[in-house]
Amino acid sequence: MDVKFESWKEIIKDENIVFKKTKVLTDNVLSYCPGCGHGVAHRLIAETIEEMGIQDQTIGIAPVGCSVLAYEFFDIDMQQAAHGRATALATAIKRLYPNKFVFTYQGDGDLAAIGGNETLHACNRGENIVVIFINNGIYGMTGGQMAPTTLDGMVTSTSPYGRDPQIMGHPIHMTELVAKLPGTYYVTRQSVHKPANVRKAKKAIRKAFENQQQNKGLSFIEIVSNCNSGWKMTPIEANKWMEENMFKVFPLGDIKVEGQIIKEL
Amino acid sequence: MAKFKGAIVIDIEKCKGCGLCVEVCPQDVIVLGNNVNAKGYFYADIIKEDCTACENCVMVCPDTVITLYKAKLEV
Repeated sequence: MDVKFESWKEIIKDENIVFKKTKVLTDNVLSYCPGCGHGVAHRLIAETIEEMGIQDQTIGIAPVGCSVLAYEFFDIDMQQAAHGRATALATAIKRLYPNKFVFTYQGDGDLAAIGGNETLHACNRGENIVVIFINNGIYGMTGGQMAPTTLDGMVTSTSPYGRDPQIMGHPIHMTELVAKLPGTYYVTRQSVHKPANVRKAKKAIRKAFENQQQNKGLSFIEIVSNCNSGWKMTPIEANKWMEENMFKVFPLGDIKVEGQIIKEL
Repeated sequence: MAKFKGAIVIDIEKCKGCGLCVEVCPQDVIVLGNNVNAKGYFYADIIKEDCTACENCVMVCPDTVITLYKAKLEV
């Protein structure tokens, strides 16, 4: 181990570790771009699984998109679903193995566009699963095309003059939409760009898995994230842009807690 | 008041040089260096020993390359 300073030699000992990579994440290098929010989201889920001691009882569903290789990074049982069908697959797995913890991990192209139907109906049925929805307003993996969640006026490779709502419609608010369905129990919107937001997001994920443990119903967590490659910015600029623009359209906070809508929609 | 002193170890081969940790470090302990790792990224480098173990860098690091140590400071 490379110790940088003499004075640190006393501190860098195994008994002084306050943070290290969780064992639920594998040693594979994440395939995401530098500064991508996926990495933090992965870590939070893995830490929650480790803290709850449910590594051998958890089944994750990987989507199609940047996070298609999520099964390479989590040291748990994972299944990769057809595009957008993660919630449908999660329904099947949860019904066959009701004692297992089942979560889906999906991007906005997967969950809101191709899988819009599956997502809405799984939420309406109130399946006892956790849905993690990473929203970066763009199709990141295929080269930054316009997604259903792209903001009005936002420039993408398929809307080079900005999204025109007259032709292309407005950004879809999946989280508000599913909050209105009676099947959902916990619906929240978080982000992972600042330390305080990361802590809040982790609490939300923990709560979602605990809801599943108590058979309460579907928990839906949207994580507003950046896509610095797709937005053509540096990671720091992208986070700033996200704060200034994305949060206006997608405000953070809990929307539905214990089956009650707590925020005016 | 008991004071704590922190220390970090960065796995430079896995660091992708996004610079998010540089932005959140209140003590400016971390900078993006001039050296590249095997993948060609300018990885995060440590330049000061003023770490207070605030955990900001480990919270935002997308690739979990930072290990944080914390010990009580003898005064």
